[in-house]
Order: sequence, then structure tokens, then C-alpha cells
Amino acid sequence: MALNRDFVGRAYTAPTPYEVSRVKIKEFATAIGDTNPIYVDRAAAAEAGHPDVVAPPTFPIVFSLASAGEAFADPELGLNYAMVVHGEQRFEYQRPIYAGDQLICTSTITEIRSVGRNEFLTVQGDVTTPEGELVCRTYNVIVERGGAA
Amino acid sequence: MAATVKYDEVTVGQAIPAVEFPVHRVDLVKYAGASGDFNPIHWNERFAKSVGLPDVIAHGMFTMAQGGRFVTDWAGDPAAVVDYGVRFSSMVVVPDDDKGAVITVSGIVEEKLEDKRVVVVLTAKSGDSRVLSKARAIVQLS
Repeated sequence: MALNRDFVGRAYTAPTPYEVSRVKIKEFATAIGDTNPIYVDRAAAAEAGHPDVVAPPTFPIVFSLASAGEAFADPELGLNYAMVVHGEQRFEYQRPIYAGDQLICTSTITEIRSVGRNEFLTVQGDVTTPEGELVCRTYNVIVERGGAA
Repeated sequence: MAATVKYDEVTVGQAIPAVEFPVHRVDLVKYAGASGDFNPIHWNERFAKSVGLPDVIAHGMFTMAQGGRFVTDWAGDPAAVVDYGVRFSSMVVVPDDDKGAVITVSGIVEEKLEDKRVVVVLTAKSGDSRVLSKARAIVQLS
């Protein structure tokens, strides 16, 4: 079933900020097998000029899709999640993410298109502080296999 | 931010040597927990096959993270990666055996930008398949 194009332009904002913790950064770094001390050791991070431990470049995936998840689960969209694979992903940083950051992600569905038998859905995430400072922008394309058939 | 690589010492076309990143089923379980992506195609062989996949496949984001490791290890400071994007062009199939799969990542400095930034283009392969395409990072050098 084709995805509902009415969802293009809809934006979803997380109701509460995501708090970046040292423990979560350490868990994520461990899961990707990365032993860089700047992810876990405040002294090593300070030596590299950082106020606290730094999050790995792909860390925002942990929280940036939470608000779009609401849209994905909406039966009106018509997404069969079992057939979803990840198409593209990009992170564009204004500054690094540090432990202690409070981050709010606003996810906007910017495009839905058919390519062959598949449906492609693009979500842009604007990650800001509660004060409105843009920290990172994320771009996520998911592919529903067979969705356009 | 303090990348250990100096902009003036980098040349366009410079190769960054390949690194192999092994992947086993347990890595996908750990990644599912850490990322919150519990899609069963990444840990349940029965489910993966029922939706037409050859076997359990790695999270695309796990593969992207290995490419990220490759770039941050080269740069010397993870915060030096100011832009990182990929297209997932093929699946990393992770069999339930002792070998698992291997993701091999290599890179080339494609372009030198202003403000001591460079574009690094990555190649990521698993077996004979290119698992990432259009994989590109902008790195802030010293």
C-alpha cells in the first residue's frame, strides 16, 4: 500500500528534552566497539578541549527518531514496519554533543516518494537546546520494501 | 576541538588505509539495546527470513557507526567530524556462526575545503558487496 502523502510537511516535537548522559554515551560507544577515551573519560575529553565527554557522530539516532516514531505508528500513514529498512542517514553538526546536553528534536516529514516497488520517506530532525540553539540536523530516509507495489 | 591530523599535511587523493570491523550476532543485540532499535530483522533469524531476508542483517546504523569509528580514529578527535552521511546500498548479513561478518572500511581525502576542513569519502564492504555508498564525512582538521 502506498504511503499517505498527506503526511508530507507534518512536524513532530518531543514533549520533553532528551538528556544526554555519560552512562548512555558509554553504553553506545561500547555497543559500536569504540574504545576512544574521549567518549568515556572526562580527563581525556578535557585534554582534547571539551567541557565533558563527547557523543559519537551517530549518537543522535538514539533520540532523534523518537518523535517521528509517532508518525510511523499512525495507521493513517500506512507504513508496514516489518518491511522497513534504512535507506540513508546524515548528521550535520553545528557543534559536538556533550554529556549534560538537553536536546529537543523536531522531526519533519519532508518527502515521500516511490522508487520502483519501494516507498521512500525522508525525515529531517532539527536538534536544538531548550534555548533554541541548533546543535545538529539529522536526515533520515527509510525504505518500505514493496510498499509501492 | 583538536584533531591530531594537520590540514597542511593532508593531500587530495590521500588514501586512509583499510580497517576491518568484525560483526557477530551479539554485537547486534548490544547495538539494539544501546540504540533502542529492536526491529527483529536484526536479531531474529526466523522473523528475518519470514520477511524475505536471507538471514539476520546488521542495523544500517551499526555499519554507519563503524565508518564513523574509522573517521574519528583517523582524525584523532570524534568532535572533528562535523558532517557525516551515508546511503545504505547493501545489507550486511550476519550468520549465526563463530565467524559472523566483517565490514571493511577504507577512505580517501577527496577535497580540501576552507577553514581547515576536508571531505573524506569512505568505502565500506562486506564480502563482495559495497554496503555503504555516497559515504562522506567532513572533518575539521588542525
